[in-house]
Amino acid sequence: MTNPRSAATIRAAGHTRDPNIPRLLVMLVFVFALMTLLRPNQFATMADFNSMMRQFPEYGIMAIGISLTMITGGIDLGVVGTANLSAIVAAKFLIGSVPQGALPAQVVPYLIIAVLLSLSVGLACGAIAGTLISRFSIPAILATLGTQQLFTGIAIGITNGRPQSRLPLLYSRIGNLELFKFVPISFIIFSVVAVGVGLMLSRARFGTHMYMMGTNARAARYAGLGNNSIILRTYMLSGLLSSVAGLIMMARANSAKADYGAPYTLQCVLIAVLGGIDPNGGFGTITGVTIAILILQFLSSGLNMFNNISNFYRDVIWGGVLILVLVFNKLLSWRAERRAVRKSVA
Amino acid sequence: MISVGRIARRSEPYVLAAIVALSVLIQVQSGQFFSGNNLVDLTRSLIVPALFSIACMMVIVSGGIDVSFTAIASLAMYVTDRLLLASNYSGNVMLAYAISAGLGLLMGALNGFLIGFLKLPTLVVTLGTSSLFTGLMFGAFSASASDVPPSIAMHGKQILFTATNAQTGLTSNMPSQIFILIGALILVFFLLRYTMLGRGIYAIGGDETAAERAGFNVRGIKMFLYCFVGVLAGITGIVRISMIAYADPSTMLGMELTVIAAVVLGGTRVTGGLGTLTGTILGVALMTILSNSLILIGIPTYWSRAFTGLVIILGTGITAHQIRSTRRRHARAQKATV
Amino acid sequence: MAASALRVEGITKSFGGVQALKGVSLEIKSGEIHCLAGENGSGKSTLIKVISGVYEPDAGEIEIHGQRFSHLNPKEAIGLGIQVIYQDFSVFPNLTVMENLALNMELMQNRKLVNYRRARAIASNAVSQIGFKVDLDERVENLSVADRQLIAISRALLQEAKLIIMDEPTSALTKKEVKALFEVIKRLQSRGLSILFVSHKLDEVFEISERYTILRSGENVASGSTKELDRKTFAFHMTGRQFMDERYRSQSLGDTPILSVKGLSRGGAYADISFDLAAGEILGITGLLGSGRTELVETLFGILRPDSGRIEIKGKEANISSVKAAIRQGIGYVPADRLTEGLFQPQAINRNLVISVLDRLSGRFGFLRRRAITDATSKWIKELSIATKDPMLPVRTLSGGNQQKVVLARWLASDLSILILNGPTMGVDIGSKYDIHALMRKLAANGLAIIIVSDDLPEVLACASRILVMRAGAFVQELNPAETTESRLSELSTGIA
Repeated sequence: MTNPRSAATIRAAGHTRDPNIPRLLVMLVFVFALMTLLRPNQFATMADFNSMMRQFPEYGIMAIGISLTMITGGIDLGVVGTANLSAIVAAKFLIGSVPQGALPAQVVPYLIIAVLLSLSVGLACGAIAGTLISRFSIPAILATLGTQQLFTGIAIGITNGRPQSRLPLLYSRIGNLELFKFVPISFIIFSVVAVGVGLMLSRARFGTHMYMMGTNARAARYAGLGNNSIILRTYMLSGLLSSVAGLIMMARANSAKADYGAPYTLQCVLIAVLGGIDPNGGFGTITGVTIAILILQFLSSGLNMFNNISNFYRDVIWGGVLILVLVFNKLLSWRAERRAVRKSVA
Repeated sequence: MISVGRIARRSEPYVLAAIVALSVLIQVQSGQFFSGNNLVDLTRSLIVPALFSIACMMVIVSGGIDVSFTAIASLAMYVTDRLLLASNYSGNVMLAYAISAGLGLLMGALNGFLIGFLKLPTLVVTLGTSSLFTGLMFGAFSASASDVPPSIAMHGKQILFTATNAQTGLTSNMPSQIFILIGALILVFFLLRYTMLGRGIYAIGGDETAAERAGFNVRGIKMFLYCFVGVLAGITGIVRISMIAYADPSTMLGMELTVIAAVVLGGTRVTGGLGTLTGTILGVALMTILSNSLILIGIPTYWSRAFTGLVIILGTGITAHQIRSTRRRHARAQKATV
Repeated sequence: MAASALRVEGITKSFGGVQALKGVSLEIKSGEIHCLAGENGSGKSTLIKVISGVYEPDAGEIEIHGQRFSHLNPKEAIGLGIQVIYQDFSVFPNLTVMENLALNMELMQNRKLVNYRRARAIASNAVSQIGFKVDLDERVENLSVADRQLIAISRALLQEAKLIIMDEPTSALTKKEVKALFEVIKRLQSRGLSILFVSHKLDEVFEISERYTILRSGENVASGSTKELDRKTFAFHMTGRQFMDERYRSQSLGDTPILSVKGLSRGGAYADISFDLAAGEILGITGLLGSGRTELVETLFGILRPDSGRIEIKGKEANISSVKAAIRQGIGYVPADRLTEGLFQPQAINRNLVISVLDRLSGRFGFLRRRAITDATSKWIKELSIATKDPMLPVRTLSGGNQQKVVLARWLASDLSILILNGPTMGVDIGSKYDIHALMRKLAANGLAIIIVSDDLPEVLACASRILVMRAGAFVQELNPAETTESRLSELSTGIA
């Protein structure tokens, strides 16, 4: 299926520029200005920025993971399950092995192992999803629906549904560190992830392979791209990112539970689509997704400042904005098509 | 014409086999499965998901995926409930159904407009409308759990019969809402099989461009479809709160994915064009047995979700395998013509 | 009864400043089989759409069975008995044959309910009119392309067609199916229908149609009786260029074959295939659809795996376990279905071009060297004369011939020893077709070993230095193109003398 927006891809030294970004930037500026005007003393203050930076990395990283899978023409609906399961594994390890009253210096190696464990679980979860989709040809929506249930289910099973909260203090202390008393460590992690993944997509071979495979998997096969390997690696990456998000959530909540972040799945898909990721695959950039994340966060924080407007209005606005963006894009592409038909011959 | 080959290629027999196997296993382990009381309980549990899955199946057959039906059901149900409570309504429960269905219709119409007329992608649109509706419910209406009007509660208490378990002495009541499910099944069966509208839904799922060229009113059919789904969702919302005599706005949210899984397990193709009511109900039955009866074979409830996930994966894996072997058969058949 | 079924005169149509048709005329006599020929861009598709009411002409007149119109809408056209059968047939794969045939009728009669007995009667009636034997309860997706086409034709008849327009109907059919189709067409003719047959295959033009009309660049260039037409004149009218008939005499470079296949077999596709290929040769493999020719070359390219047998490259045994492995061994493959198997339509031309050699164009950590990519792209665009203003445009903006050149360039850019082309000039305009043939000869002369798979017999005879005919999974004979004819090749392919 062709993406009409791509017809407007413009020249740039070697890679295509995303035509969504100008639109997104306008939206970003608009929301920012609106919120600042309405609550000048609360919004756009250092305290407010700080609070926002603490909130979005966890779902932002998952949104990036989902975006990658959507670019290859699939979708990973299991990110939240993976995040929770990997966090719970780390938590159980820490709770079970760190001796009581241990000194911080002694705790550190346990923390390192816990993080590595968690990341491995994330990779494994992603590998399972990737295998189901590539080797067993199960459609991505269904496979990841299944893995979401499976991983969440396992998480519930091994914890009996109870939160794991007796974590060593050092974990949340490190996890909630802020550089210069202002920049949270989670924000730094998010930035590294965003820049890294963005570079990979736009400048690395693997990124091009992902885009091409998402556009036409059959042709990708005939071009020797190695579809199964691409799918596997993409979902493993998504799983890895989910486990990072899970660790961040665990630091913020100082506990791990099987059902944290349940609404995040939907939110992340919305972010991806708003950010310009084509659900059919082959198009979209991390820059666009990042701007979409910021827009959501501004909206969210902005709404929080109005005490008489419930948080849930955010969902209304979010759903409404998504629909408006879709409609707008559609009208644009109809216009482009009409122009193209006029130029076509025979 | 019926042929063994054709039967083997469909999913329903496998699901049925799985249900039978599971039932026997549970019966052997606990001796409780085939007790009247358990069967009634199971039927009771599957009424709401079954109603949802009928709507869900219709959309998937048309080539789309709708995840907003639970949000529609919740919002419609909630508004109806508050409305009736606020006006101290004590009349017939039919009005509740009517209002809820009407609200569902409106919400479905929004989906129908965006998907049918503007041709926007279904998954993303319904994700958006789902968000919109739940946001309205919790935000604008600050929904919280509440009671239900007396007539609804009464309606919930109307039972067909009571089944008693000889061994444990437990009783289960077969609710009268079962008639709504049966009614819906009959109506939709007739619609899909014997009306041009119904065949149009299948045609659109098979090849939308061809459907347009053939003269089907694709926009109209899709609009009808999503409105119908809305109506069904609204009705299901009232069924739900009448069965538990309590209106908790979040009670149905989150079911979408299990319903979709049940529909797909039942043989409906995700890409559209193929799907049967029989298969869908079998799929729902299987999922219900899984979530309700695992405890009877000693699998603690904590593990039921993991088990469900495993079943979804296995089920979809088998379906995917069937599709692939069908394609290979065609390729070989093509070659035979030299 | 009017003498012409259809007569159009002076049809002009522009789209935003571009003239698609410049005063075109066409006449189809009653009960005639007429061929409309032209390359991509000639205006034939636009003309069809004007006749069937999809487009409104800017000027000109349409006369159908004596009635005059300045323009039509699709419903009116159908009402006048004009039916178009498009290349995709517009059938519903998930519904049964019966439903496919009957649904249209029911829709036209505005019925709301479905009566299956009535539907079955309608369907049986339709297929019997052309003598088509098929299981009415079978789902169409389980039927062959040829059967689907017959369903489309039957359906057209149900709507009381008087003029049936077929758009490139034989492109996906085997020779046997084409024969069956032609018989159906003759049967339709005997019932008084007129047929407009759009095609660019000269053999078919000769075999089935009585008169022809050729368009080029939106204008009439020739029309008349097919009895008076010959190949050279046909090609000339289609393209406006004179072509010399060239034959390739290859010089085998070196004694060791580059590729050696011994006893290769794959159940259900081909058995015991053995042949050698030397550098500088162009080996032509020809056979019908279903003879195993595509499976054979796809095995050489790593898409399929053989059950037994041995493949040797440059004397050493090669295990071609995947496409990546094949590429590593220096094998490239231009697939038969360019649109779905060869190209990434909405992606940029340069991406499509370099996609298989990114390994070579990237540096550390897999980062792409953009300058290298731009250079490679410009180089190949120039070498193959790919007509495009901007390599960043999506590849779907190119014409069929240029798209094929992009696919070719993709392989030429890598380290090739063996290039396999499957149907290299299908759907390609005559100009590009000759360009591609010339290119193949040049590459072979420079040492590349080439295999072309094609059922376009003139192409095989013109390009190959050696021909292998395949039938039902086996090689039946090896021939020297200089010493054989099209009809001999055809006999060997079909097994019918």
